[in-house]
Amino acid sequence: MENKFNLILESSPHFKTKRSTPQIMYTVILLLLPMCIAGVYFFRWDALIRILLSLVTALLTEFIFLRLRKKDISSVFDGSAAVTGILLALTLPPTLPLSDVVIGSVVAVSIGKQIFGGLGYNIFNPALVGRAFLQAAFPVDMTTWVKPFYFNLDSITTATPLGGFKIDGVSTALNKLISGNTGGCIGETSAILIIIAGVILVLLKMADWKIPVSIIITVSVFAGILHLIDSTKYQDPLFYLFSGGLMLGAFFMATDMVSSPITPLGSIIFGIGIGIVVMVIRVFGGLPEGMMYSILFMNCFVPLLNRYTKPKVFGEV
Amino acid sequence: MKKLTFKKGIHPKEFKQITENLEIREVPIPPRVIIPIRQHIGAPLIPVVKKGDRVKTGQVIADSEAFVAAPVHSSCTGVVKNIGNYPTPISPSDTCIEIETEEKEEFDFDLNSNIDYKSLSKQEILKLIRKAGIVGMGGAAFPAVVKFSPPKDVHIDTVILNGCECEPYLTSDHRTMLELSEKVLKGLKIIMRAVEAENGIIGIEDNKLDAIEKMSQLVINESDISVQAVKTKYPQGAEKMLIDALTGRKIPPGALPFNVGVVVSNVGTAAAIYDAVVKNIPLYRRVLTVTGEALENPANLLARVGTPFSFLFDYLGGFSDDVTKLILGGPMMGITQFNLDVGVTKATSGILVLGKRKRKKEFNCINCAECINHCPMFLIPTKIVRFAKNSAWDKAEDYGVMNCIECGACSFVCPSNIPLVQWIRVAKARIAEIKKASGK
Repeated sequence: MENKFNLILESSPHFKTKRSTPQIMYTVILLLLPMCIAGVYFFRWDALIRILLSLVTALLTEFIFLRLRKKDISSVFDGSAAVTGILLALTLPPTLPLSDVVIGSVVAVSIGKQIFGGLGYNIFNPALVGRAFLQAAFPVDMTTWVKPFYFNLDSITTATPLGGFKIDGVSTALNKLISGNTGGCIGETSAILIIIAGVILVLLKMADWKIPVSIIITVSVFAGILHLIDSTKYQDPLFYLFSGGLMLGAFFMATDMVSSPITPLGSIIFGIGIGIVVMVIRVFGGLPEGMMYSILFMNCFVPLLNRYTKPKVFGEV
Repeated sequence: MKKLTFKKGIHPKEFKQITENLEIREVPIPPRVIIPIRQHIGAPLIPVVKKGDRVKTGQVIADSEAFVAAPVHSSCTGVVKNIGNYPTPISPSDTCIEIETEEKEEFDFDLNSNIDYKSLSKQEILKLIRKAGIVGMGGAAFPAVVKFSPPKDVHIDTVILNGCECEPYLTSDHRTMLELSEKVLKGLKIIMRAVEAENGIIGIEDNKLDAIEKMSQLVINESDISVQAVKTKYPQGAEKMLIDALTGRKIPPGALPFNVGVVVSNVGTAAAIYDAVVKNIPLYRRVLTVTGEALENPANLLARVGTPFSFLFDYLGGFSDDVTKLILGGPMMGITQFNLDVGVTKATSGILVLGKRKRKKEFNCINCAECINHCPMFLIPTKIVRFAKNSAWDKAEDYGVMNCIECGACSFVCPSNIPLVQWIRVAKARIAEIKKASGK
């Protein structure tokens, strides 16, 4: 049949939203920038070098794996590997040896993502897989912390607020926790910036609000009860909310679309689970911080949650 | 007033301002019409005229004894030139009747008839609707008489007229409500009489304020009929969504509107029913919107069934060379065409001519859950599609694929550009085949 106008034949719909997967990824990167800048502000060159190194390594690893798997090379720039690289860097100590940064980034993209089948198929949050590997392989490097602006100071090593409290019983002022002027990972220290960026991410509907909200509520309730029982032994909820990787984890890691549930109820259970596990680790476990493990732990349950929280079809009773 | 609506759904850009203020224009008689005999869902028709026969406007040219069928009428006066296979909007090749038209028109029906529908019984009304070949004109093309004949033990209490027109671009129902308001209202009353319903509701999306006002004025003295504004949201015009919005009743999976005591009809269909019952005029022409950015002069037209698309385009001054898609219907559910000689059918609510579009690359699913957040049927499109891609038809069925109304909201919102609803169609067709083969 003659088709002189080269008319396209396609199944409907013939309309699409403008939003695309790379656009989501690059928006996440844009919203991670404030934390990167804060990290560089507090830790200067050390932070900058580690962020860039992690980013470049992630992109290179992605490229090599796509090549090996004979996939479309242009997917390197879909933004997903870049998000992994930056997120990983934000969760690393500012003085971590550069070789560790490279190893972490390679593991994150290769084992965390590509061996599962690349974008969309990974079970765990890739950045956290990289970080968990580093934590297991280089426990000392991963727990050596420096004070912000340490380049002006005499004593440079310090404890994180959570570590300080757990091991030495030292508490940290709330204003320091919120502004980020404490020891800690490159991008985790400034809770206020993370919350602002995270809320924007949620408002743009690029993160499911149910996940951070249920995490925060669960942690508050859990910590609140403990604090009421014994306020000398347990800090108040705000301390737990604003310290460590909780905010970054709640807004930027747990909400990773690929490794979080797709059903509304599943997301809520997922968030509650993370909140409980992180508090159990922090309060009763051997580690001062537990955000990474709690997210990875709950990632395992995502397929199960998706299956058992299937919404009822319209009209079904 | 509280905005009535359903849950989830999407907000595509409307593009209705192009034609919403243009009056309906009558298209002249084309030199030839090609009338498909399959213009409804149901039993196939058999032509009742022969090659060389002279036919009058409104004369039956194909019919069937079956209940689920609607006869087809000649839309012009002229001579049957051929009965054979032609491309139609929904099939590459199907039986059509080609008629060479004459300028002087003769009618097969009485031009002066003016029947008082209140004097007719339920059965007589249904008979007239059947005789006029009325089908659902919103696009589904289901024979109206079948819809109005629910099982004996079912009581219909409400008739809903669907004036949502939730598809972007289309304005034919909008114009029908503005220009043929009386007919629409009387059509509704006739349907209410035919199904013995107590209430009538006209549901109109709130992007058509003038239509809401016009219809509201008309029903001011009707105690049993109301006009309700519903939120402008796609797919508000889907039967299940509209019933939910207006009555709060949810049709269970696999059930039909009559199961919740409702009959839904398009406003255009109501106007056609008025013509059929009161004026004795069969359905041989309809209002449609011809629009799109590649078209010089978009318009709302009153065209005869079988009018070739090419004739409509010539009448409107043609379209530009950068046309990429010719769509029968709206952009969300319309069917692309590649042949300009196919003709208007009873279900053609619009023709859309789209210009250059960038093709978008498909990415892997990133589980963003957008499709789930917007599916008005509460399905999980991304999972169903994963099953479909792996031919796991039983699992797709477990996940309710057969409930999909194919509105396309999932494909619309997917940031990875996965053709979700397209895969779902594949799954539905395949599951139906398997069921047929296993004799269920």
